[in-house]
Amino acid sequence: MSSQPRLVEVRQNVLKQNDLLARSLRQRFEAAGVFVVSLVSSPGSGKTTLLEKTLTRLIDNGNRVAALVGDLATENDAARLARSQAPVKQIVTGTVCHLDADMVQRSLEGWELKDLDCLFIENVGNLVCPSSYDLGENLRVVLMSVTEGEDKPLKYPTIFNTADVAVITKMDLAEAVEFDLAGAYENIQSVRPGMEVLQLSAKTGDGLNEYLGFLVSRMESRSLVGKVSVG
Amino acid sequence: MHELSIAISIIEGASQEALSRGGAQVHAVHLKLGALSGVVKDALLFSYEVATNGTMLEGSRLVIEDVPVVIYCSECQAERRLKSIQQFCCPVCGALSSDVVRGRELELVAIEIEEVEEIV
Ligand SMILES: Nc1nc2c(ncn2[C@@H]2O[C@H](COP(=O)(O)OP(=O)(O)OP(=O)(O)O)[C@@H](O)[C@H]2O)c(=O)[nH]1
Ligand SMILES: [Mg+2]
Ligand SMILES: [Zn+2]
Repeated sequence: MSSQPRLVEVRQNVLKQNDLLARSLRQRFEAAGVFVVSLVSSPGSGKTTLLEKTLTRLIDNGNRVAALVGDLATENDAARLARSQAPVKQIVTGTVCHLDADMVQRSLEGWELKDLDCLFIENVGNLVCPSSYDLGENLRVVLMSVTEGEDKPLKYPTIFNTADVAVITKMDLAEAVEFDLAGAYENIQSVRPGMEVLQLSAKTGDGLNEYLGFLVSRMESRSLVGKVSVG
Repeated sequence: MHELSIAISIIEGASQEALSRGGAQVHAVHLKLGALSGVVKDALLFSYEVATNGTMLEGSRLVIEDVPVVIYCSECQAERRLKSIQQFCCPVCGALSSDVVRGRELELVAIEIEEVEEIV
């Protein structure tokens, strides 16, 4: 005699483990007074280049910063970032196309969080998978470079929707590739009305001050007043 | 592609639930999938089939309920379903809104199980 199949309610978030871990990380960051910024973009949009400039500038102004960087296979980005003199750790993800909260937690081992003002996390270059994973960050920055075209937001609405600010990079190349800046703004507003948009060139430094100013204003609005300065 | 790791999380969650009910056999797993979850349905279905192989969920179906994006429109003071996830504006009055009410779900809703009979 066999019983009938029956429906049993479960109701749980599939990414519950990640979300719980991210929440506990966020609490740890807050308790330690460290502001955490993550960077997401397609491969090669300029995350590492911008991050190297950011770290260098923040260190020059007396801030204590560090970075974690995700990469599928190499340690190149970590080596580049280490030139800024900031503590840097590479997270080699192997076949995994995104960082998750567990990878962040494990790579923080051995670091004293309260000795930091700001921690940056460079995600694996990918506009799809990182959107599902909360890393415990305070601010998620999505980068798009002018060479990728202005329709990226329409193709990847989810990542733009989970990010807090969009940064258009490689502006020094905008003219050469006939980048439609107004169209890019329009597309970003279409998938995320009200999103703040910044533009810069990490190569020439144009727009870098505005970007750093934005970061600092966000840190300060998290009541970390006076901790971080850009000089 | 992160659908394989998502599929593995689903299988873990569903297996745990089934085991806690006395090692029941699982016929189906019901999932809510938001249009803003970042997960591709077809890739997930494919990954599920691959990942259930050799587990207690082998042969079970993954039943996916698509959840469209619903925003709150402050002009209409009402919840509205988006026409397209490329356009976050109210389909009735056209006002812009980033206030997502539904559509991010990636939720294990239920499992269909059959109790394994005790052999005396
Ligand atoms: N012209 C110009 N090139 C840039 C700029 N920023 C970055 N690049 C170049 O773009 C290429 C990729 O830059 P990365 O900083 O490595 O990009 P990424 O996003 O870290 O790449 P992945 O980590 O592999 O996803 C490099 O050759 C950089 O020199 C810029 O502002 N202007
Ligand atoms: Mg990089
Ligand atoms: Zn409306």
